[in-house]
Amino acid sequence: MHSHIFQKYPQYDRSSLIALLQDVQDIYGYLPEKALRDISNHINIPLSGVYGVATFYNQFRLTPLGKNVIRVCRGTACHVKNSANILVALESELGIKAGQTTRDKVFTLETVACIGACSIAPVININKDYYGRVVIKEIPKILNKYRKEERANIEQKVSAE
Amino acid sequence: MIELTINDIKVKAEEGMTILDAAKSVGIHIPTLCHMKDLFPTGACRICVVEVDGMRGLTPSCAYPVMQGMKVQTNSSRVRIARKTIIELLIENHPQDCLICVRNKNCELQNLSEMYSIREHRYVGEKKDHAIDISSASMERDPAKCILCGRCVRTCGEIQKIGAIDFTNRGFVSNVTTPFNKGLNVSDCILCGQCILVCPTAALREKSHSKEVMNAINDKTKFVIAQIAPAVRASLGEEYNLPPGSNVTGQIITGLKRLGFKKVFDTNFAADLTIIEEATELISRVEGGKTLPMFTSCCPGWVKYIEQNRPQLLEHVSSCKSPHEMEGAVLKTYYAKKMGIDPKNIFVVSIMPCTVKKFESGRPELTEDHMADVDAVLTTRELVRLFKVAGIDFNDLPEDEFDNPLGESTGAAAIFGTSGGVMEAALRTAYYKLSGAELEDLDMKDVRGNSGIKESSVTINGLQVNVAVVNGIGNVGKVLDEIENGESKYHFIEVMACPGGCINGGGQPIHQKPEKLKKRVQALYDIDSKMKNRRSHENESLQKLYKEFLGEPNGHLAHEILHTSYVDRKKILEESQLE
Repeated sequence: MHSHIFQKYPQYDRSSLIALLQDVQDIYGYLPEKALRDISNHINIPLSGVYGVATFYNQFRLTPLGKNVIRVCRGTACHVKNSANILVALESELGIKAGQTTRDKVFTLETVACIGACSIAPVININKDYYGRVVIKEIPKILNKYRKEERANIEQKVSAE
Repeated sequence: MIELTINDIKVKAEEGMTILDAAKSVGIHIPTLCHMKDLFPTGACRICVVEVDGMRGLTPSCAYPVMQGMKVQTNSSRVRIARKTIIELLIENHPQDCLICVRNKNCELQNLSEMYSIREHRYVGEKKDHAIDISSASMERDPAKCILCGRCVRTCGEIQKIGAIDFTNRGFVSNVTTPFNKGLNVSDCILCGQCILVCPTAALREKSHSKEVMNAINDKTKFVIAQIAPAVRASLGEEYNLPPGSNVTGQIITGLKRLGFKKVFDTNFAADLTIIEEATELISRVEGGKTLPMFTSCCPGWVKYIEQNRPQLLEHVSSCKSPHEMEGAVLKTYYAKKMGIDPKNIFVVSIMPCTVKKFESGRPELTEDHMADVDAVLTTRELVRLFKVAGIDFNDLPEDEFDNPLGESTGAAAIFGTSGGVMEAALRTAYYKLSGAELEDLDMKDVRGNSGIKESSVTINGLQVNVAVVNGIGNVGKVLDEIENGESKYHFIEVMACPGGCINGGGQPIHQKPEKLKKRVQALYDIDSKMKNRRSHENESLQKLYKEFLGEPNGHLAHEILHTSYVDRKKILEESQLE
């Protein structure tokens, strides 16, 4: 599925590592182990080096993303407005830690340094929706919206079959 | 010549020299952690910072070249405070279990703490938390003790050219580890242990077999036998402050007997045996027009490397077991029969300068009838620890002799411990076997020394035999490429995974002084040159072994007991990694 991208990059050219990683992530949404292994062979950098770069940059992911990506702003203004506890609440509601994806692949939880909406701190962002002045109590309600969508999707699929 | 002052002392230095080296030349010590001689500086740890007049910040002396008129202070209070803070921060993110640490009293972080009089905890906080990787048969990785100096990463990647480990992640969770944080056993690691030798702390260490050995010694039904590799006798004395290169064979034998070993034999006996078998195999390959060049198979790190990386070339590797495995195999067959001992009760312990030998001893190919040829492997360092626990005062030990018949050896066997030694020993015997005459000049200077690839050729009976010696696994790639492209001109190639050979093995005493290695090598060449017999085929006990038991070299029984087979580990690794 990703072998065609190697045509763009000369063999043994170490400098194309990051471009290759980006291309692979464009295809899969994350970096599968097999793809890293192929990159390592193509540009002749040990797998450990490829893995090292892939884990160094925040833009790269080694696990597939969930259908809904939740980003908790951990910027200064949000921090002052209790975002640390909002993150904890989300983690316990979803049963995962920041950077992880739920087992049903519905949610991925991430933190970001600053969303740039400090006036409505604390902020969380789910896909294209932004939620400002979030209080811990309403977190289950916010998540339920996406859970319902997911359920509706599944029901639609089942009835179609 | 460049003139500068360091701590108001006038210093003359060559252009391109670092401040660190210039300071060293006038007896000024600057501490380092990430610095590695002969490698490009990274300046990562900042412990070597100095103050340079006119420069805004502190300068890492390991990475900064000297300049005309430069004024350097290596001992100003600003420098001292900076260094002390770095050490304090490193210590506070370290387990601080020095009392029960395997590197207690031989740890660079501990030394720096002492040197800079760290007396209080000023930065108590969260510590990194990583699991210990015990997956490999030879080594343990304890990333909690890692101070991220990167010396192991550079040794593995730049010197050995393996690259099994690298820096991963960033910031507080930054960690030196294998790809996908999986165990060393499914990485590209060949377990050579060169990373252990450069690790300043105990983040990398051997997997100990001491308990198994002591349990066997305490088990009255077991007949526990020790054998000593050539390189151990030239290095162990260093752990007892003897001059580097002291030959302490006699004391080690006495020490082992006092530890409770019933017999102490010499791996050198089996080194002679290896030579006979290997030289015979080489001759049959040359005369029979079979696969050439032939590689030596004494070094298990090299064998693991070719199994993992170029399994298609495995036909080129000699089928001979490595010497200590041969010794074990002969002990559990010939010797057991001769002495009337049930081989199941014989427990063979190899004292080796090597970490991969632990992995090798567990190979199923080196096991016969549920009995491993060698039951446990102790590194030089582990043996010293056992001596200490047993209250054996090494420096006062009288000398003893090896037991027989597996204790006799020739000079050719002694030099197995250094790069080029196996080649030299093999040629001495191959020459005799092919021509019927003895080689006149036994010292083959071409294959000695420290170069990465050494070449020589010997004309025997009109046949020119081209040989090469690969010194360090990082140099083997070119030789292998030549073979794959059908361009190799060699007949016989020796490969040792560790630079310098076994004298610099991953199980040897830890130090950062290259001059010690030269002394160790010299000790082995001295043993050789002082021997009455310097050719393996002159070993009388060996001749008897063939006459009484083995029959012909490379014969049926010899093949069964002394030869082995290899596996395509590349396939195994790829499958296990993708699970």
